[in-house]
Amino acid sequence: MERRNVEEKIFKGLMRVSTLLILFSLLLILLTMAVKGLPFLSLAMITQTPQGGYYLGKGGGILNAILGSLYLAGGATFLAILFSLPVALYVNLYARPDSRSVSLCRFILDVLCGVPSIVYGAFGFTIMVFFGLRASLLGGILAIALLILPMMIRSMDEVIRLVPRELLESSYALGATRLETAVKIVVRQSLPGILTAVLIALGRGIGDAAAVIFTTGFTDAIPTSLLRPAATLPLAIFFQLSVPIREVQGRAYASALILTILVLVISLAARLLSKKLTRHVVK
Amino acid sequence: MANLLSRRRIKDILASKAMLLLTVTAVSIIFVMVVGLYLRSRPILASHSLTQLLFSSRWRPSQDEFGFLAFILGTLWVTGVAVLIAVPLCLLSAIYLSEYAHSRIREWSKPLIDILAGIPSVVYGVWGILVIVPLIKDYIAPFFGTFSTGYSILAGGIVLAVMIFPVIIHVALEILRAVPLEVREASWALGATRWQTIKHVVMRKAMPGVAAAIVLGISRAFGETMAVLMVVGNVPRIPGSVLDPAYPLPALIANNYGEMLSIPLYDSALMLASLVLLLVIVIFNVLSRVILVRVKRSIR
Repeated sequence: MERRNVEEKIFKGLMRVSTLLILFSLLLILLTMAVKGLPFLSLAMITQTPQGGYYLGKGGGILNAILGSLYLAGGATFLAILFSLPVALYVNLYARPDSRSVSLCRFILDVLCGVPSIVYGAFGFTIMVFFGLRASLLGGILAIALLILPMMIRSMDEVIRLVPRELLESSYALGATRLETAVKIVVRQSLPGILTAVLIALGRGIGDAAAVIFTTGFTDAIPTSLLRPAATLPLAIFFQLSVPIREVQGRAYASALILTILVLVISLAARLLSKKLTRHVVK
Repeated sequence: MANLLSRRRIKDILASKAMLLLTVTAVSIIFVMVVGLYLRSRPILASHSLTQLLFSSRWRPSQDEFGFLAFILGTLWVTGVAVLIAVPLCLLSAIYLSEYAHSRIREWSKPLIDILAGIPSVVYGVWGILVIVPLIKDYIAPFFGTFSTGYSILAGGIVLAVMIFPVIIHVALEILRAVPLEVREASWALGATRWQTIKHVVMRKAMPGVAAAIVLGISRAFGETMAVLMVVGNVPRIPGSVLDPAYPLPALIANNYGEMLSIPLYDSALMLASLVLLLVIVIFNVLSRVILVRVKRSIR
């Protein structure tokens, strides 16, 4: 056989192995979570708050952290939508298309997407110190909103960009203002994509730990006020894992499984939604 | 009628101004962040020289000694190991998915890679503790005749490598797919094998873009906090081998939020660490994004 054909075979083999290895690592993570977490998963885990001595192996669950994470990510996502939808609409409908300032805007947002969550956490902390806020649900919501804002804008922007130019022009030709076109035509047309962007951001918000360490604190109670600390799932996992008691660590695995399932369900929902909701979309 | 019309116009104009304001706000976050962190880190910059902060390895906050060297080196080691593992695997698999794989396989693997990107970093950390740390402690360290607790640079690097797989593959795949089919066909027509075509034709066109993908992966690895913190050991010493523990910068910031307000200048030092992290990552991101924009334009 020719040398170059041997080379071809070797590299093709290597490529197959790498691809399989990468997909296998995903499988291994999910499998590890399921195998280690399932034995410790119980109804109490998701319906009770930590009771006295929970971190010594006594009864209770992590309802505080589940609700805390949902409130936190929900609040942050809501805040981020209020900001990102107008920005994405402005960039695509009001600004001159493909002008230099629009490209610069997209570029800066792309760079912001790369900023790690610990920096958003530290920055959120400096803002809180500035306003005299203590670690609280509100602080966490602000930090997470900052974290997910750039990626939400960019993914909404990509969706809205795909709206056919003719559709906008027909709307303008009928006498609609840009605002009316934006709200009644563009948002409806790109709704599936917008929802996907929102859900992906929600998943990021639920899973993030580094940004909430500084800003949200931790408590065993279910959050009742924006100005009180709140528990979050990632930190609950982290704290339970650092307790050297088998039972508590097992619950950390179960909590990690709960978090994984939550995030997977959200990302699956995002996928399904974007397929299902295309009924009113003009192709 | 005229009145109604003007009200609609006014609404439109008001909305336009409000949206412009929001857009400017969103874009200026990055500048506000740099300024905010700089203001908070000024106290420590005023009392310690920057060279001393960056190149001293003495870290005793209670005695007013803040040398970041061990943490900076820890970050570099962990990131380096992650890149060494991730880059060959990701490039080979991106090339496979782009050049060899059936389009159905490609479509199937994309959502799987997205799922990998969506897994929270804490879960990666738990996985590292359950799988990678014991693997290093029981098999890899004894194999090299040394002892390791498993909580080491290698563990952090492996976990990080898995975390940056999606980043590198995603961007590299996008660049490879942007190379026009005609270029490949011309090469095949000359009798080149597929691998020769990739090596001499496709990669030559895509090389800067692939480099940018790698830099994006590096900057992601640089700032990753939680997963690394959980498996890397967190010992503030200059590491000597990959089986030693290390203490990367993000872990330092995350671990000391509790005590930082009780020691003078400690919070300022941590904010400086965040600022350094932010600046490095922004520079890396700007570089690779500029390259990516250029490459995509030149390929077409």
